[in-house]
Amino acid sequence: MAETTIDKDPNKPVIPVMEREKLILNNRSYNWITERICGILENKQPAIWWILFLPSVLIAMIGVGGGLFYLVSTGVGVWGNSNRTMWGWPIVNFVFWIGIGHAGTLISAILFLTRQNWRTSINRAAEAMTIFAVCCAGIYPMFHVGRVWMVWFLAPIPNANAIWQNFKSPLLWDVFAVSTYFTISLIFWYLGMVPDLATIRDRCKPGLRRLLYGIFSLGWRGGNRQWSHYEVAYLLLAALSTPLVLSVHSVVSFDFATSVVPGWHTTIFPPYFVAGAVFGGFAMVLTIMIPARYIYGLHDMITMKHIENMSKIILLTGTIVGYAYLMELFVAFYSGAKYEGAAFFYRIAGPYWWAYLAMMSCNVLSPQVFWFKYCRENLWIVMAVCMCVNVGMWFERFVIIVTTLPRMWFPGDWKYYNPSWVDILTFVGTIGMFLTLFLLFLRFLPCINIAEVKWTLPQSDPHHDDKEALDDRGAESEAAYQHELQS
Amino acid sequence: MTVKRVYGYLAEFESASALYKAAEKVRDAGHKKWDCYSPYPIHGLDKAMGMKKSILPYLVFFGGTLGILTGFTLAYTTQVAIYPTVVQAKPANIFTTAAFFPIMFELTILFSGFTTLFGLLALMGLPRLNHPLFESRQFQRATDDGFFIAIEARDARFSTEETKSLLEDAGGTNLELVEEPAS
Repeated sequence: MAETTIDKDPNKPVIPVMEREKLILNNRSYNWITERICGILENKQPAIWWILFLPSVLIAMIGVGGGLFYLVSTGVGVWGNSNRTMWGWPIVNFVFWIGIGHAGTLISAILFLTRQNWRTSINRAAEAMTIFAVCCAGIYPMFHVGRVWMVWFLAPIPNANAIWQNFKSPLLWDVFAVSTYFTISLIFWYLGMVPDLATIRDRCKPGLRRLLYGIFSLGWRGGNRQWSHYEVAYLLLAALSTPLVLSVHSVVSFDFATSVVPGWHTTIFPPYFVAGAVFGGFAMVLTIMIPARYIYGLHDMITMKHIENMSKIILLTGTIVGYAYLMELFVAFYSGAKYEGAAFFYRIAGPYWWAYLAMMSCNVLSPQVFWFKYCRENLWIVMAVCMCVNVGMWFERFVIIVTTLPRMWFPGDWKYYNPSWVDILTFVGTIGMFLTLFLLFLRFLPCINIAEVKWTLPQSDPHHDDKEALDDRGAESEAAYQHELQS
Repeated sequence: MTVKRVYGYLAEFESASALYKAAEKVRDAGHKKWDCYSPYPIHGLDKAMGMKKSILPYLVFFGGTLGILTGFTLAYTTQVAIYPTVVQAKPANIFTTAAFFPIMFELTILFSGFTTLFGLLALMGLPRLNHPLFESRQFQRATDDGFFIAIEARDARFSTEETKSLLEDAGGTNLELVEEPAS
């Protein structure tokens, strides 16, 4: 980083100004950005897109389509939780997918409120990831009710039995939290995209494409009287999403924490779940964005700085998650609660030791390599760590749910939990569905926020041309401040 | 012959800085019905245009308040008034409210979110499928890399010559009288 000093007037104090690392490399113009991002969806897709897309669709159709068809036509017993472990894979996968979604909202909302401009290059794809992950997550609670056509019983509307939902139950809180989360994320994502859809509309030739993008861009013109309201709305949505994202995984964790089951009944669950969600979500953002960056040549917009920043967040949240694991163990030991201690001993040394080991090594140990700059800058290492984290976070949910349930209080209930083949098929199917949706997103929608990326260019500042006249303004205000301190 | 109605004058500016300075001039000339068009939000332009702050936050405040009241009413009516269920020894009376907080919170956010969306659309005058400015070919660059000012004909101070010279003095290029087909 270059250090420049301003020394126009020798009497004024010299303030060293650290130059910021550029967010967009190579001095790109506005038009270059538009061309590059819109080009992705206007040109033919590269062969690799088809190579990824076709298997994803196939997996989604067989897994989600076939798996759920079999489930609905046969009964929910085909899922491997028709035993003591009544939650099993459905809830593991639900919590896993919901967690993936969190990084998207975190990037778009919390980093927006904290004025982290580097988010602009990655927020659109991350938000898309949120929506698709929540779609995948939604499958499990929806279908686990058994008769899926009765799922509207979850909504608090008058029904023929005159029975109301139990508003004191964390499971109903979950219904509200997840559906609100999905709705607000969708609004946030869509509103953020309206100006970019207008950009695409204005580049299309008249025809069906133009009509569709025209409808979805709502007639956006980019007038400042629109931008002014728009920016306020975006800020409000960010401010609303921030507590929302923290509440959603907290509420998910209440499903566990408000029970009396040993191993679940802990107050550390809400913050621990949120940190874990952010951790897993950032790993997923990197997992899908690094290949997309490579395939579509987005190196000037998604720079190493972006990847490094996300690696640092993975390191931070991974360490928080590691702290939570150790704290759980400590509390189990220190509280002297017999069942709690037994549950944790069973977790580490019981028949599921392999899951615990996988969780610990993937989530706690693997991100520690990000202490070294070399590892944060080597894309292969970053990808490897992110893959580990994705796997590790799935195992975390598996460890929490499955190691606790198969041994309840009666030894006669003890059973080794195995998922059924339908469980596995449906889960693999949701991965295919997630990838399918994401690839379609890359194909049809702008994967980088065009307007916001333009906004980070230095020439977008309305006073950019007056820099010469203004550049010692900092020195002046500093001098006034010093004067104030002395008097 | 199709009859056309003048929508206004459109002028292009080369950069955000030029647009900012021109906006100050148009504001000082006393125009009211006009707008600056740019591919991204330019911070500080509101002041240069002499615009008021958006009233959206007030609308959202009321939306959120409605949400929290809805949440409480829904939970209280169903759980305490109509169908008091004692599940897991949790009571069914006014002190149950603590258990309703998550849902009250979520509904506050949900109602605020919807108010933001629909309030924003109402304030922006969207959605609409067409607009006179879309008649202009060069205006398509407003969503790419163009900076424009359009002064509308319905502005009290609009006159074809004076507006044109005002925009020219402010540094505008590619001046265009935008007309819409009168129907």
